This record gives sequence, C-alpha cells and structure tokens, in this order.
Amino acid sequence: MRTMTIDDLRTILVSCAGEEESADPRADISDVPFDDLGYDSLALMETGARIERDFGISLPDEVVAELRTPRALLDLINENLAGAR
Amino acid sequence: MRVHVTGLGVTAPNGLGVEAYWDAVLEGRTGIGELTRFDASALPARLAGQVLDFAAEEHVPNRLLPQTDVSTRFALAAAEWALADAKVDPAALTDYDMGVVTSTASGGFEFTHREFQKLWSRGPRYVSVYESFAWFYAVNTGQISIRHGMRGPSSALVAEQAGGLDAIGHARRTARRGTPLVLTGGVDSAFDPWGWLAHVSSGRVSTGTDPGRAYLPFDTGARGYVPGEGGAVLVLEQAEAARARGAHRVHGEIAGYASTFDPPPGSPRPPGLRRAAELALADAGLTAADVDVVFADAAGVPALDRAEADAITAVFGPRGVPVTAPKSLTGRLLAGGGPLDVVTALLSVRDGVIPATAGTTDVPDDYRLDLVHGSPRGAAVTTALVLARGRWGFNSAVVVTAVPD
Repeated sequence: MRTMTIDDLRTILVSCAGEEESADPRADISDVPFDDLGYDSLALMETGARIERDFGISLPDEVVAELRTPRALLDLINENLAGAR
Repeated sequence: MRVHVTGLGVTAPNGLGVEAYWDAVLEGRTGIGELTRFDASALPARLAGQVLDFAAEEHVPNRLLPQTDVSTRFALAAAEWALADAKVDPAALTDYDMGVVTSTASGGFEFTHREFQKLWSRGPRYVSVYESFAWFYAVNTGQISIRHGMRGPSSALVAEQAGGLDAIGHARRTARRGTPLVLTGGVDSAFDPWGWLAHVSSGRVSTGTDPGRAYLPFDTGARGYVPGEGGAVLVLEQAEAARARGAHRVHGEIAGYASTFDPPPGSPRPPGLRRAAELALADAGLTAADVDVVFADAAGVPALDRAEADAITAVFGPRGVPVTAPKSLTGRLLAGGGPLDVVTALLSVRDGVIPATAGTTDVPDDYRLDLVHGSPRGAAVTTALVLARGRWGFNSAVVVTAVPD
C-alpha cells in the first residue's frame, strides 16, 4: 500500500504554493496550522488538485478547505490511498 | 491639496533600480536586444526591451512565486523599492490610510499562456488555481495591497500605453479625497509567443534588426516601436502627511493631470492629445511658457510622430520647448511607460539635465520640434510635461513640478 509521508506532503506544498522565508526546513510541520504556515484556501486547493492528479484520488475542495493542519490533510490523503488500493 | 512624490522604484530593461536606470539613460545604454524568451527566429519582429537581470527569487517572497506572472513580480519589486526610497514602513501606518492604484495593459500574459497550454493539452484539472487572478488587470494592485497591508481606496486602470499616467492621476485624486499615502504606477510584460503576437498584430512594431536603430521616434527613419517590459512605481503622499511623518525627501509634485479620448477614425475632429496637454497644464495652474521639457509619447510610427509633433507645436509654438523620448532605450512599456517617464522627469528636475532621445539623428524639419538627441542637455528643469497615448484613442498627460526644499 502506498502512503504519503509528511516530507512528501511538504515537498508538494512548497512546489504548489511556495513557503515562508522564515520556514525551518527541518521542523516538523504536521501540527502547525496552515494559517501559521502561510497557506490560504487557494494554496490548499492548488495542492489538493496536484495530489488528485498525481495519485489518482479524489479530494473534494470543500473537504480540503475545512482542514486546519498538514496532519489532517495527510490523514485524508492516506485514507484515500488506502481506499484506492 | 498638493500631492508629493516621496518614493520611486524602477524595473526597466536598461536598469534595475532608480539609479542604475538613470545612469543608463544618461549614458545612452540601451535595454533593447534580441528577444530571448522563446524562439522568435521565424517572426518578422525580433527585438525587445527585456529585463534580463531580474532574479525573481531575490525580490519576491517565495510564497508568491507560484502565483505571480513576471509582470506582477516587477510590480512587487518596484513597489518595495519605492517604499524603501520613501523610508515608509507600511506596518507602522494605519492600513486604511494607504491605497494602491496601478495600471497594466496586458495582465499576466505569460502565466496565462502557460495555463492555457495546460488546458488544451492536458485538461482543466491541470490549470493552476492561481490562474483565477494571476491574469487579471487588478492583480498588481491586489498583490501590493496584500503584501504591505494597504487597505485604503485602491483600483486598477487600463488604457494601453496611456494607462500608467491615468493611474498616477487617479492616485493623486485618491490622496486628495483623503487617503494620505497612495502607491501608484504601472508595469507590463507580454513576451510569451501569444503576447508577442499581440504586439506584432498592432502593425506598429519595428522589424528592424539593429538594436540601436530599430526604434527611432521622430526620425525620418522611424519604422515602428520596439516593445519593452517593466515599469515604475511611485509613492504619492498628501504634502501635509509627508511633512508630518518627516519624509526625508520630496522628488516633486504631481501638479496636473488630464486624459482625453480621440474621436472615431474618419471624424473631422482632431485627435485628443493636444487637449490632454492643455487640460493638464490648466489643472496645474500653469501655462505652456512654464514648461521646461516635454517627455513625448514617441510612437516611432511616422504618422503618429507627426500628429504628436503637431500637438506639441500647437501648444508650445514651433521649437518652443525641448522635447525628448528616452524610452527609445527601453522600448514602449505600455502601462509601465508613463510612470517610467514620470520618474525620468523627476530625475531631470533633480539633476538639471534633459536626457537624450537615443538613436534618433535626423528629425524632419517640418515637425518643428526642438528634440533633444545625440547627448543629454543641461537645463534647469522645474516643470515637465509627460505625454502618453494608448492604442484605440487614449491620451493622457501629467505635469510634474519641482518642490523647493
């Protein structure tokens, strides 16, 4: 079964929406709210669309928009990946 | 109420930053060269004024790179430099006391070209969500406003090459209506294949191949213009507000502004440029005799050069005022052109020198213009008139004046 790691997700986030200059590349961002990371709803839509395309899963915009942290998004992605097996 | 210019920021093909640009202008260094953004070898027009030394990641926050067209990156950099020049820290001012008024004629062309290519080759799911605003005429106003927390009255104006002066005029109006500080100016860039063909289809783009001779405004050899990219952003402040915050330097005053629209093609009525110049002077409470230099629109197309020469001589008399067009070193920047000329005019005021129209050597006698060409001309400049014309009938004029210390 494929699973996504927090590092994988971070790479995709940065590629889709950049990151704050002050971001520490070694810090664990799993539970840092998207607001504090500088990611707004559009950044999440862009990231969600990229993951949908690359992994063949479905992440409805209205569900993604309600998520507050990378961990919550990662959990949603991995549930989907498990279901798409 | 007087409105002063307290900060300048420039992204020009022949210089990044005000002083680099001004040095290039006075030394006659061109920013025009072979178009390198894509393979243009099969096209009839291949020269452009490109900003080649701009490393976006050095000037634009990483977060904004995936969502910005090259033109927006120029706008963000120029805005930041203008604020630094004015020594304004937006975080220390009230957000609703700062506005943003910008102009762009093309919007985010290159970004949009890329996303459209994804749309037709791979499907809608591949189009960036940021396309929703990255293309948009108001995007530079919005991005600057968000970045610096400027929530005061803000807008975007579009009038091809005249739009940048309209933005400055409206920023002045915004300050007079009660907003102490307004960032204003214009930028453009459309050097993807689609944007380039939009320039070329105007029929006015030079097919010359010599960068020093392709764009020759007011010359007997004029054969069209060279498109350029970039522009300028200015900090405008209510004079009292600038004094109250202890602004360390005033570059000058935006003393007058007007815009007019041409009659339809075939109409017996004359074009509107002369009226724009006269109305801007009247708005400034000045007469033609007060003007020390005119920064011309300088289309580089013989019929349009003649029409502008006629408008200038109608206002100032034959050879009645020095006229110049340093934009022959950058190409025409569309919405960026007027604001860059306003910056150039303010530097002329500062340094007492009128920059030359590069390249141009042979001005038809019957234009009856005192065109500054060959080399810069020393002259005390306290009042300058800046003209701009946009395709499809736009005419705008701005008067800048010196502010005594």
